[in-house]
This record gives sequence, structure tokens and C-alpha cells, in this order.
Amino acid sequence: MTEGSVRRSPALFAITIAVSVFTVAPMLVSVAAGLVENYSVGARSGYTLRWLDEVWSQYGSTAWHSIALALACVACAVVVGVPCAYALARSRSRAARAFEELITLPVAVPGLATALALILAYGEWRDFRQSFAFVFVGHAVFTLPFMVRTVAAAFAHDDLVALEEAARSLGAGFVQRFLGVLVPAVLPSIVAGALMVFTLSIGEFNLTWMLHTPLTRTLPVGLADSYASARLEIGSAYTLVFFGVVLPALWLMQWLATFFGPRPVRATR
Amino acid sequence: MIAACFAPAAALFAAFWLLPMARLVALPATRGAATYFAVLLEPRYLQSLVQTVALALAVTAASLVLGAAVGLYLGRRRFAGRRLLLAALTMPLAFPGVIVGFFVILIGGRQGPFAALTDELLGTRLTFAYGLFGLFIAYVYFSLPRTIVAFTAAAEAMGEELEDAARSLGASGRWIARDVWLPALAPTAGAAGAILFATAMGAFGTAFTLSSRYEVLPITIYNEFTNYANFALAASLSIALGVITWLALFIARRFGPAEVGAAA
Repeated sequence: MTEGSVRRSPALFAITIAVSVFTVAPMLVSVAAGLVENYSVGARSGYTLRWLDEVWSQYGSTAWHSIALALACVACAVVVGVPCAYALARSRSRAARAFEELITLPVAVPGLATALALILAYGEWRDFRQSFAFVFVGHAVFTLPFMVRTVAAAFAHDDLVALEEAARSLGAGFVQRFLGVLVPAVLPSIVAGALMVFTLSIGEFNLTWMLHTPLTRTLPVGLADSYASARLEIGSAYTLVFFGVVLPALWLMQWLATFFGPRPVRATR
Repeated sequence: MIAACFAPAAALFAAFWLLPMARLVALPATRGAATYFAVLLEPRYLQSLVQTVALALAVTAASLVLGAAVGLYLGRRRFAGRRLLLAALTMPLAFPGVIVGFFVILIGGRQGPFAALTDELLGTRLTFAYGLFGLFIAYVYFSLPRTIVAFTAAAEAMGEELEDAARSLGASGRWIARDVWLPALAPTAGAAGAILFATAMGAFGTAFTLSSRYEVLPITIYNEFTNYANFALAASLSIALGVITWLALFIARRFGPAEVGAAA
């Protein structure tokens, strides 16, 4: 493994190093910038938690809004998306394929277009327009396909079809089969889908910027606001808050992928 | 039972995407059928479209080349910290576009290290954050992780027998790259390239944060809607943009299986 073929290409090695620096350096600079007294002066100005404190008092609520919104999206994706994934995996009809195509459209079409459509259709419904429910429906249709696609692939597994058949022949009713046999068997995929939905909702900006009102601001909306109006140290500290919210979910996702990844979906509990 | 399982998703999708979108698609007609082609007929919008396509193509090309190199390296080598490096390289996938824009301002803006460096060396504070180059760098930043993921997986799947055989027959590195790597990675490049292009076309947050002098179509749409309350035109332009990104992703699926994602 150590000698021969691609393993000796200095060009690939150099590009990998360069790309790694290009990707990681801005994150480190941003973290450091949120913790120093003065960004232009740098580390010499000393470290402080003052900016984080300021961000938390000014924008702290946006973090909770985003987390609640993302959890609501996860709940919606599980309740609405998992049955839909099952139906897609079990029906071969042309209509089902067309439906699968349709529900991924909100991902294929820019968020800006979806947001404009929602505003045109429901902008007059004042209470709805000014509530978090308005932001939520945008996030919900955008994140749903990720759950559906992930879980449908697991449901389509041959072992599961056989298992379901066995449960049916033993006299299990649909609800019993679905909740007692199928859902536990695809749980890793549901969790993976849930984490995907969570991170997508937490980071969503394109839709949210159009859909939000001053009272329904999310973390990325607050970030954009601070980038435009506050000093760089505050923007950086706020970015640090975002990292704190999104990175645990991301690491959990990667851990799950390596934990469940190499094996196929297991049909047994 | 199958129908009952479809029902909630169908209801959600119909109420909050399909019907609103039908309304959006119908809106330009109120100002005459020509409104649908505003993006081609009006020079201002056409320029914005051409600029966006040019940027998206350049970003896609650069990201594919760099991502393929990194993917080949990471996919075919095992070393301590490889998984950690891969995790770090894919982290930007979870960042909203606004953060990527902010990174460019931090590095290449008026108070950034680049300005400080040029001040030191040349005596003037140069910035690159607010023009085309800053936009390009930012778009490459959020595009690279996608290509790295795709090419790493493709390189892992690529057998080494062919390459070893070529090498034992005396093929040089350049020939191996052309005759072994290129055909093996082409489907990945096609699929990933289309996703990158679609993502770059529709990206809004990054351009919004940089408030670049180089105007891209999503910004044009946003301005029409918010600053000029020109709803029919905003609708027309977003339909045009949606058709382009959807087509790109449709073509992507022709190349082979790919992830659904196109979010930035």
C-alpha cells in the first residue's frame, strides 16, 4: 500500500494540502476573530468573551428559534416522510415515480422561487405570514425529500420485503407490521435522514430570508443581519454560535455513517 | 394502505409547494405572455443571466478539477487522520451561504489579512472580497466539498488493477491520468458537475452577503421583488432560473445515480 501507482503523485498531494488549507483556514480565522479584542490588531489585542456575550444577548433568541424550527422539521419529516417513503418503496406504479420526482422539485428549484411562490399564495394571510409556521412550511417542503429518499432506499431492501411478508403471514396487521417490524429495521436510515433534515433546516437561508419577519428570525437570518451591520468581531462570534449548534449534529451524522455505513440495512433488531 | 401513506406528504406538498408554485407560474401572464421571456428580451436581465451562467461554469470547472485531485488522493491513500481531514473538508456542506460570504470578507475584506499584507508589501490595502474574484472564491469554497465527497467515493471504488497493468506496461503518469483515471471518473464528474452548476446558479446567501458589484440572477430577482415590488417580473425570472437548475439536475441523473442535494 505504500509504494507505486497514484500514491506517488506530488501534484495530487500538493493540491490536497492547498485545498485543505483553503477550506480550514477561514474557519479557524473566523473562530479566532470572534474571540479577540480587535480583529485588525489580531491576537496581540488579547482574547475576550465579550463579543460572544454581546451576540448572545442580542441574537441569542435566533439560536433557539432555529433549533425549535429544525426539530419541528424533523418531526414533520418523520411523521409525513417515513410513511411516504414506505409507499414509494412498495409501489411500482408510474404515478408513484412521478410523485417522487415532484416532491424533490423544491430541492431542484432555487429556494428564492419557492419563497416567492409561498409569499404570493399566502402573503395576505397575515397571522400565518407573521408566524413561525410560515417559515416552517417552507423548510418542511424543502427538507422532506431528503428524508423520503434516504428511508425509501432502506425500505426497498429485499430482506425487508421478505420480513414484512413473514410478519403478514403470521397474522400481523398493517400498523403492527409497520411500527413493530419495518420502522425498527430502518431506524438507522431514519436517524440519518433526521440529522440531514436538522442540519439543512438549521443552515437554510435562501428561503428563510424571504419568509422571515422581524419577529421570526432564524440563526442564518441573524447572521446575515450581523454581517451587514455589526463589527467583524461580532459577526465572527455569532458564526461561532452557529458552529456550536450545527457541529454536534454533523459529528453525530458522520459517526452514524461510519457506525452503520459499511453494513447493509439490517432486517433484524 | 399505500394511498393512506402517500396522503400526508401529498397534502403538505400540494398546499405549500405545488399550489403556490402554480400561482407563481401563472403570474407573469397577467402582464402579457412576453413577460415570461423577460430574461432574454430585457438586456439588463440577460446580462445578469449571462454573468450568472459564466460564474457558475467557471466555478464548476475549477471545483471539478480541484475536487478530482483531492478525491483521487484521499480515495486511494490510507494515513492517520484521513477520516478527520475528510470530515473537515466536508464541513462547509452544513454552512449557509452567508457564512461563506463572510469568510471571504474576513480574509479578503478591508480589515482582512490580505489587505494588511498588501499594505505591508505594496503600500496599498488591496481587497478582493467585493468583486467577481471574491464571488468566485466563495462559490468554489461551498462547491468543493461536494466534489471531494463524490470523487473520493469514486476513487475508492476504482480498481487499481487497470492502473497497475498500465504501469507495468510502461505507461507514464500522464497516460494513466488520460486513459485510466479520466474514463473512470467521467460519470462522477458529469453528475457532480451538474449539481454544482445548479447550486451555483441558485445560490443567494453568498452573493447577498458580499453585495458584489458583479450581479447574479438571484440578486436581480431579490431586488425586483423587494426593492421594486415588481412581482410579475420576479416571478418570471425565478421561473427561468428554476428551469435552468432543474434541467441541469435532470441531466445529472442521466449520468448516473447522484444525491438529491442542491442547497446553498
